[in-house]
Amino acid sequence: MAIATARGEVRVFWRTFSRNQLAVSGGAVVAILVLIALLAPALAPWNPNRPDTKKVLAPPSRSHWFGTDQLGRDVLSRVLYGARVSLAVGFVSVGIATLIGILLGAAAGYNGGAADAIIMRLVDLMLVFPRFFLLLAVLAFLQPSIWTIMAVIGLTGWMGVARLVRAEFLSLREREFVIWSESIGASAFRVVFRHILPNAIAPVLVAMTLGIPAAILTESGLSFLGLGVQPPYATWGNILNDGKDSIEIAWWMTLYPGLAILITVLSYNLLGEGIRDALDPRLRQSRVGRVIRLGR
Amino acid sequence: MRGRARLLLVMVAGATALFAGCGRDTSSLVEETASGQVTPAYGDTFVEATIGDISGLIPNLTSDGASHEVGNMIYDGLVKADKDLNYVSAMAESWQFSADCLELTWRLRRDVKWHDGRPFTADDVMFTYQVMINPKTPTAYKEDFLAVKHAEVLDPYTFRVTYAKPLAKAIQSWSMWILPKHLLERYVADGKLKESPENSRPVGTGAYRFQEWKSGEKVVLVSNNDYYEGRPYLGRIVYRVIPNQGTIFLELKAKGVDLASLTAIQYARQTEYPAFRKAYRKHRYPSSAYTYFGFNLKDPRFADRRVRQAFAHAINKQELIEGVLMGLAREATGPIRPGTWAYTDKVARYDYNPEKAKALLAQVGWKDNGDGILRDKDGKPFSFTIRTNQGNEERKKVAEIIQQRLGAIGVQTEIQVIEWASFIKEFIKKKRFEAIVLGWGVGTDPDQYGVWHSSQQGPDQLNTVGYANLEVDRLLEDGRASCHQQERVKYYHRFQEVLAEDQPLVFLYFRDALPVVSSRVYGIHPAPSGIFYNFDHWYVPKQLQRYTSG
Amino acid sequence: MLLFALRRLLLAIPLLIGITFVSFIVIHLAPGEPIPGAEEDISRQLPKEVVEKIRELYGLDKPLYVQYWNWLSRVARLDFGKSFQPDGRPVLTKISERLPVTLFLNVVELIIIVALAVPIGVLSATRQYSMFDKVTTLFVFVGFATPDFWLALLLMILFGVQLGWLPISGLRSLNWEYLSFWKQQWDFLSHLVLPIAVATFGGLAGLSRYMRQSMLETVRQDYVQTARAKGLSEQAVIAKHALRNALLPVVTVLGLSLPGLIGGSVIIESIFAIPGMGQLMVQGVFARDYPLIMGNLVIVATLTLFANLFADIVYGLVDPRIRLGGRRRRR
Repeated sequence: MAIATARGEVRVFWRTFSRNQLAVSGGAVVAILVLIALLAPALAPWNPNRPDTKKVLAPPSRSHWFGTDQLGRDVLSRVLYGARVSLAVGFVSVGIATLIGILLGAAAGYNGGAADAIIMRLVDLMLVFPRFFLLLAVLAFLQPSIWTIMAVIGLTGWMGVARLVRAEFLSLREREFVIWSESIGASAFRVVFRHILPNAIAPVLVAMTLGIPAAILTESGLSFLGLGVQPPYATWGNILNDGKDSIEIAWWMTLYPGLAILITVLSYNLLGEGIRDALDPRLRQSRVGRVIRLGR
Repeated sequence: MRGRARLLLVMVAGATALFAGCGRDTSSLVEETASGQVTPAYGDTFVEATIGDISGLIPNLTSDGASHEVGNMIYDGLVKADKDLNYVSAMAESWQFSADCLELTWRLRRDVKWHDGRPFTADDVMFTYQVMINPKTPTAYKEDFLAVKHAEVLDPYTFRVTYAKPLAKAIQSWSMWILPKHLLERYVADGKLKESPENSRPVGTGAYRFQEWKSGEKVVLVSNNDYYEGRPYLGRIVYRVIPNQGTIFLELKAKGVDLASLTAIQYARQTEYPAFRKAYRKHRYPSSAYTYFGFNLKDPRFADRRVRQAFAHAINKQELIEGVLMGLAREATGPIRPGTWAYTDKVARYDYNPEKAKALLAQVGWKDNGDGILRDKDGKPFSFTIRTNQGNEERKKVAEIIQQRLGAIGVQTEIQVIEWASFIKEFIKKKRFEAIVLGWGVGTDPDQYGVWHSSQQGPDQLNTVGYANLEVDRLLEDGRASCHQQERVKYYHRFQEVLAEDQPLVFLYFRDALPVVSSRVYGIHPAPSGIFYNFDHWYVPKQLQRYTSG
Repeated sequence: MLLFALRRLLLAIPLLIGITFVSFIVIHLAPGEPIPGAEEDISRQLPKEVVEKIRELYGLDKPLYVQYWNWLSRVARLDFGKSFQPDGRPVLTKISERLPVTLFLNVVELIIIVALAVPIGVLSATRQYSMFDKVTTLFVFVGFATPDFWLALLLMILFGVQLGWLPISGLRSLNWEYLSFWKQQWDFLSHLVLPIAVATFGGLAGLSRYMRQSMLETVRQDYVQTARAKGLSEQAVIAKHALRNALLPVVTVLGLSLPGLIGGSVIIESIFAIPGMGQLMVQGVFARDYPLIMGNLVIVATLTLFANLFADIVYGLVDPRIRLGGRRRRR
C-alpha cells in the first residue's frame, strides 16, 4: 500500500515539476556543472596553480580562452578547478548544516519541553551573532583551510533547517499515524525515522537546494575579503578578489568567475524553487477549484 | 557569454570616448601656460586618500601611517629630512655636537608660534622630552629619548641634552613632533594625554592647522599663514578615509582625489591612457621598504646557513621584480636602502642558480632519490609552511612564486595567509613559524639594532627570526655609538657583508614608491627622499585651481 | 496576551546575559590581542613595557570570568566603556556616530524592496507560469545570484568613472558645506544611489518570492474560492480578501528583519567608503576591540529579542486563530 502511494506521489511530483521550464533548465545546468567539476582535471588545458610571470594579465586568446591572471596562470583552468571547490564547499557545508539542523530540530520538535526550549534559545543565540564576526573568530582560531571554511559555514547555517524540521515535527507529531505507532509501543527512534522524517524531508530538501547557492555566495564573499581558501588554490571568489583591482585592464578575471557564480546560484535557486512548488501539496490545483473553474 | 562580454566592451568603449573628451579641455589650458612661466599662487584644496582613519591627533602616541601623515602637517620637530635624506634645520636654527658626541646644544628659531599664537620656546622642547620618557606615556618612540642622561633649558631659545653614551641617531631623534607645554602639561602626570582636548583639537607649530576631523570620513587642515618658513601655497588639505584600495584608484580616475599611491600593476598597465597622463603626473623613486623571505632560525632545518644560501639561489629575484612589481623595484642585497650613504653592494650575491641550490642542500644532507623531492637521511621530505599576512597582495604573489621555485628544486611548501592580529600574536610573537614572507620599513638612519641584535629576541621585540651573531652585535653597538659618519660607514659596510654571507633572510627587493599627483599641482621635484619633502612649496596656478573659496 | 508578553520579557533577560557570556568567551578564544601599532610594519611596534601597561590598563591580565563580570556590571549601569582602539573614545559615541547612516540606508532599502517586491509577488502569483511570472522570476533570481561586490564594482566603473553620472564613494561631496540646502540634499541622495541599487537588486528576490508563495497559498484557500463563487470580480477577490491574508506572513518576515536594520554590509560599506556599522564592527574585530564588539552585540541582541517579541505579539493580535486558542489539538 505504502509503495503504491509513494510511486503515485513521485509521479505527481514529476508532473508538476516538469511543467516548470525554468526549474527544469536549472536542474539541467546544475547537472552539467557537477559533471564539469568532476571532470575538471581532464578538461583544464593548463596547470591552474603554476605561475608564469611572462604572461601576466594576458587577454583572452586562442591558447588562453579566459586570459591569464596576475601571476600568469590560465583563468579557464582556474575557473574549472574553482568549480570543484565552490561546489564542494556548497555541498559539504550545506550537508553539515542540514545534518545538525535535522538532529537538533528533531530533538526539539519531538521531545518538546525542556529540550525544545534549550535548542530554540540556542537558535536565537546563533541568529543574534553577527555571522561575519563568528566566521572570523572561528577562522582565526582554526587553521584556515578548505575544511575549516566548510565546517564554519556549516556550523553557522543550520538554524533555518532546525526551525523547519522542528515545525514539521510539531505538526506531524499530532497526526494519527504517529499516535497509532506510539500506542502500539514503537520506539521513539522507529517513529521518527520510519514515519515522521520521510514526511519532513520535502522542505528540508528544498532548504538544502536553496542553501547550496547561499553557501557558494558566502564562500565567495569570504574569499573576496581575503579570508577564504589558501593560495594558490583557486575558487571563484578568490579569482574575483585577485581581479578586482585590475578590472579595467583585466575584465576577464571579473567577468568569467562572476558569471560562473551567477549561473550556478541561479540554477540551484530555480531548481530548488521548482522542487518546492512541485512538492508542496497546498500549491497543487485543488480538485474543488478545478471543478468550479470548469463550471464557469 | 561572448555576446555579453562584447556588449560590456561596447558600453565601456562608448563611455571612454565621452570621458576622454572631458580630459582634453584642461590639457589645452596647461599647454598655454606651460609655454611661459607659471606663477605660484595661494589657494586651492588638495585631496588625499587614506585607507585607515587616523587614530588620534597627537602623533607621538600613535603608530599608524595615517596619523603620522596628518601629524607631520600639524606638528614640526627641531630638524627634518631634506631631499637627500640629510637632516636640516626645522624649528632649530642650528645645533652643535661636542667632539665626543655626548653633548648636543640646540639653538632654536625665535619666530615660531603655536597655532594659538603663543610663542614656541625651549620649555616646549623640554616638555616634549619629559613626555616621551614618562613611563605612563604610551608611545613607541621612547627609546632614543631614554638615552638622554640630562636635559636642560639654558635660555628660552637654547636647549641642551647630554647623552650617557654617544648616540648616532641623536639628531634624527629630534625630528620628533614637539608638543605644546601650555596645553598638555596637566595631562601628562596621569597618563591622560589621549583624553586631552589636544587629541581632538590639536595645536602645533607646523605648516597646516587643524580644522576638523569627522571620524571615519575625513580630516581637514588649513594652511598656517604664520608658518615660520613662509605661508604654504596650498590652502587646504582634505584627507578622505576610503578603506578600499580599489575604490581609491577609481576615485583617482574620477578626479575625486589628487594624490594616490599606485600598485605596480596600476602604474605600469592601468594608467597609460592619454586622458590619465594629461590629468596626472606619475612619480617613481626607491622606497625604504624591502620585502624578504625569512626563516625561523631556531628551526634545525634552517640553522645551517648553506640551506638559506641555497634558497637564495633557488629564487629568481628578477622574476619577482618583473612579474610581481612590473620591474618597479630593485634587488635587495641587504637591509640597507640603496642610494643612502651607508649602502654598499660589494657583498656576496646570489644569482638564480637552481643547480647550485641543490648542490648546497645536498652538502647539508638533503638528497633527491629520483622522485623530485628532497629528503633527509631518514627519508623525510623537506617541506614546510610559508606564512604571510592577509591583506597584502604583493606578499601573497611573492609567496606563490617562491612556492613554485622551491618546488622546482624539490622542496614542498604550503602557503598560509593569516589575518594580521592573529599572525602577530600567535605566530610571530610566539615564534611558531617556519618561513615567512614579510617586509621591513627602514628608517633614514642605518642603525637596525632592534632587528638584528641578539638581545632583541623577546616576544614583544623585533628580532623575530632569532638571529644571533657576535660580530654583528658588536658592529651594531659600535655603529650606533658614534656620531662621525666616516667611522660609521666602515661598520655598516662590514655589517652588510656579514649579513649577506649569513643570509638570515633572503633579501628580495626594495620596491619603488609610486605616487601619482594631479597635474594641476606644480612645484614637485623628485629627489632621493621622494617628493614630499617640499610639500609646503607645492602650488596650483590660479587658473587651474579647482576648489576655490577654500 | 499580556501575560504572554510579560513572560517573554522576563525570559529575555537571562537569555540576553547568556548571549553576552557566550559571545565574550568566543571573542576571547580568537587569538590576537588589542595591541595597536602593528599594521603592515612590525618596526612600529610598541616597546615591551608599554605593551604590558596596556594589557594591565585593559584588564587583559585578569582571568576571563573577572573580565566578564567587570564588563557586565558596567553595562548594567549603561556604561559600555571605551574602545580599545588607539583613539580610545567611548563605545557608545562610536556606535552612535555610525548608527544613523546605517539605519537610514537600511530603512530606505527596505522601503524600496517592499514597494517593489509586494506587487511583483502578487502579480506573479495571480499570473502563475505566465510570461510575466517567468521573466520576473528570472530577473529576481539573477539579482539574488549576483555577488554584490561584483555588481558594485561594475556599476561603479560604469556610472562613476566612465559616465561620471554618479559619485563613486562616500556620503557627501567635498564641497558639501558650500552648497545650498537643496543642492546638499541632492548631493547626499546621489551618493546613495549606487549602494542602495546594489543592495536592493540582491534583496528583491527573497521578499518577492515569499510574497508570491504566500499569495499562491492564500489563493488556494477555500474562502477565496467561495468569494469567487459568490460572483465577486477577480480584482475584488484578490485585493480585498486574498491580499490581506497573504500579507500576514510577509509582515512577520519584515518584523524579523528589523534587527538586521542596524547591521551594515561590510562589503558594500568598504567598497563605497560609507562610514557605517558594518565597517565599525569589522575594524573592531580585526583590532580585537572587545568593548566595541561586545557593545555592538548587546545592542543587536537586545533589538533582536525585542523584535521577535514584537513580531509574535503583532501576529498574535492580527491572527485570531492564535489569539483565541493556544492549544489546538484536533482530537
